[in-house]
Amino acid sequence: MDLNLQELERTEFPVPAELENNIAITSLSQLYNWGRRNSMWPMLFGLACCAIEMIATASSRFDFSRFGFEVMRATPRQADLMIVSGTVTKKMVVPIVRLYNQMPEPKYVLAMGACASGGGPFKEGYNVVSGIDKYLPVDVYVPGCPPTPQALLFGMIALQRKIDGQSIANGDDVPWYGIGPAEPTPVPVLGPDIIDPRQMDMIRRQAEAAAEDMAMVGQRELPSATQLVAAKVATAETTGAASAAISDDALSFVLPTGGNPWTEAEEIREKRRLRALARKAVRASRRSAEAEEE
Amino acid sequence: MVSPALAPDDVVNALSIEDSIAYLKSKHPDAVADDEREGYSGVLVQASKLVEVARAIRDDLGFDYLSSATAVDYLGAGDHMEMVYHAYRTSGGGALVFKAQTEREDPEIPSLVRVWRGADFQEREAWDLYGIKFPGHPNLRRILMWEGFHGHPMRKDWREAYYEEEQKPFDNRWPGGHAHRSEEKNVFGKNVTYPPDIDLNRLMDTSESEVYASLGLGVDVERILDKDGFETNELVVNMGPHHPSTHGVFRMVLTVDGETVTSLEPVMGYLHRNHEKIGERNTYLHNIPFTDRLDYISSMGNNHGYVLAVEQLMSLGRKYNPPTYRCEAIRVMMVELSRIVNHLWAIGFWLNDIGAFFTPVLYFIQERERILDFFEAVAGSRMMCNYMRFGGLFGDLPERIKSVSNLTNDRIRDYNTMQFLTEMVNERIPRTIDELEQLLTQNEILLERSIGVGILSGDDAINYSAAGPLLRGSGVAYDVRRADPYSIYPELDFDVAVEQDGDMYARYRVRVTELRESVRILKQILPRLEATEGESIWADGKPGAYAPRVPFGEAYGRVENGKGELGYYVVSAGGRGGSSNPWRYHVRAPSFINLTPMGLMSSGYKVADIVGILGSIDIVLGETDR
Repeated sequence: MDLNLQELERTEFPVPAELENNIAITSLSQLYNWGRRNSMWPMLFGLACCAIEMIATASSRFDFSRFGFEVMRATPRQADLMIVSGTVTKKMVVPIVRLYNQMPEPKYVLAMGACASGGGPFKEGYNVVSGIDKYLPVDVYVPGCPPTPQALLFGMIALQRKIDGQSIANGDDVPWYGIGPAEPTPVPVLGPDIIDPRQMDMIRRQAEAAAEDMAMVGQRELPSATQLVAAKVATAETTGAASAAISDDALSFVLPTGGNPWTEAEEIREKRRLRALARKAVRASRRSAEAEEE
Repeated sequence: MVSPALAPDDVVNALSIEDSIAYLKSKHPDAVADDEREGYSGVLVQASKLVEVARAIRDDLGFDYLSSATAVDYLGAGDHMEMVYHAYRTSGGGALVFKAQTEREDPEIPSLVRVWRGADFQEREAWDLYGIKFPGHPNLRRILMWEGFHGHPMRKDWREAYYEEEQKPFDNRWPGGHAHRSEEKNVFGKNVTYPPDIDLNRLMDTSESEVYASLGLGVDVERILDKDGFETNELVVNMGPHHPSTHGVFRMVLTVDGETVTSLEPVMGYLHRNHEKIGERNTYLHNIPFTDRLDYISSMGNNHGYVLAVEQLMSLGRKYNPPTYRCEAIRVMMVELSRIVNHLWAIGFWLNDIGAFFTPVLYFIQERERILDFFEAVAGSRMMCNYMRFGGLFGDLPERIKSVSNLTNDRIRDYNTMQFLTEMVNERIPRTIDELEQLLTQNEILLERSIGVGILSGDDAINYSAAGPLLRGSGVAYDVRRADPYSIYPELDFDVAVEQDGDMYARYRVRVTELRESVRILKQILPRLEATEGESIWADGKPGAYAPRVPFGEAYGRVENGKGELGYYVVSAGGRGGSSNPWRYHVRAPSFINLTPMGLMSSGYKVADIVGILGSIDIVLGETDR
């Protein structure tokens, strides 16, 4: 929602007739947001492939200046918006958090593309952070690998809409309208692996558990599909019942309360098997028909 | 067979690969042996004699260019580590492959940095990812990961935090409709156990001090008196990984004396996204979209190198059909178009670096968008084309090109493909190049900024394994398309761009000439496309196997990409019916190896020139760090 001058001039407050065309009335929040949303300066900050599409979005064909994203600033101190454009690695997240801390408030983060949103295709990598939201608060996620310039523009406009809904009167809703500056985000440390200082408690507990040869905190063994079926067969053999309820503690957290996933898995398998058999039969008949023709 | 006795240099230089191997075996009979594994080529060299043999390969046999040096972990298949080297002659021809083996525990292989400086970064990478030590290496530190990282992640027995299974396709993640995610197994994504007395403060900045120590600076910078008796201090300046030069997250640490750079150390790994580890878990086909994301400016070229390598391996097997002529023609066209995209981008951003901030590049991006529209219409994506397949392509060219992404303010586009291409190749692109040359080539400011800056001599360029415009700008006419031809390049008429000066301007001139040569190639491709209209892109008319079974062996496929020589070293573990996943998948990245001479090229120039020199190398971080 943008400010519409004609509408602002039509006000229910009494305005002297000679000033009617010169006075507009609106709320302070709305005026403030109008100024802010139309002068969001992104930081000139490219990480990977998405940065190329970000540059294309800034260039003549798409041109995000049209929407108030005017110029990109290389220094965080002049930027309002951090577009995390690409894969965040463990080595790079340290400077990223530092840059974020250096941006003046109000500040926003846009996660551009699959990698910045959740690790993307590189998620399984040993040096990849699965999403910048593990460290920084993200306002808008733009999917895509890489998102097209149109998608990025859409995300940026979505951010403007978000700003429209924020109110200076509500300090609880938006951190920077509260009292005093916000706490900086703790900068991660590169140790044997990346260490988020906020997780130190968990790491210490894990270390103590490991020293006493106990299970790692936060690590669980999940059954694989084959294990599930094997266990199902085993229970069926021992109890003689095809749909025996399973009460293994290790599994209970994946199993919903109603329905038994193992029977469901079995049913799905059975359906697939039948479908495969049907396809096989169709192929065989087609082949014999062809052979006859020849 | 030529007698393997010592002959004058010019005769030895002309020895074929087989004769060269025979010569090596006769000179070092106890150290060199044929690599007799099925599907493998080249020689095995005893590690203790490696440097001696390497010198013979370089000096006696004339293989002066070390293209690739990489490690392979044969866990469970001989239980040894192996370094694989591919050496070429800059006069052209095939590779002399030589390998050295060592134990998996405490692996050690003598460094070849003294023979080929180009081995520098590659050996550091092998140390970082495989833990192989290189005695004799002057600066053996981690390069992609940070100092203090636990373990060497590319070793076969090292498992990442989100490890699921050795190889894809993974087991069903939806047994009975209930999704499993790897995070649920490992909620905090950690695969490290810490000592109970872990102290965060002790961990701070260990990697940083190593970086600065490598520059030979102590904690206290020495006071130096200059010739007038004034005290001058050498200053350490850190640049990056965040900086406005738009080359990605690359970092340089330099020491300066006043405005003059005395030494420079590239620091990388800020975009190391474990391409090779993921690639070894992937199936062969899975890797094609990952290659797109290496050099993300020219994804078509990356695809091409990878499919060439896997096709080499597949051709060892029984069931393999080489791509058809039309397929090859389309491949070459796509690759040349992405070379144009790459060079326009490179020149544009190099101009950013030397002060013409964003005005010229806007014109180049306009032309680039036109080519990307074509890619999008053909392959479905603007940048990540994922277009080539083993023995073929994702699809033939469409009959008409419709803009998939038309904006409301764009004209709706619906062209005949050939008409679109003809217009683009004959008019639009040449016009852009003319405009570029008219504005830049004789531009006084550009001449002042770039002539005589960032000089790299031809000998150094070869010795440092520089590739692409960096090598050709130093007077070495080495282009893989001519030196070791692939696809249909032998029948195409084009010249290798070369400039003698070795400075920034020479590299700019090489790129401009290559733009024109690419247009020349495209003009020859168009009639070939018209002549093969209606032919299939697949050898037997239907798409080849999407999940090929690849027989045992190794292959090194290389192409001349926009940034330089891009090589893929792929090892297949074979097995019954062939393997579906690569055992080793290595990328010889031109952006990575071209940075080896960066320190040499920069010292003695002003701070303001450094980013320009970096821009003239033309790197892309997705490929540098992989």
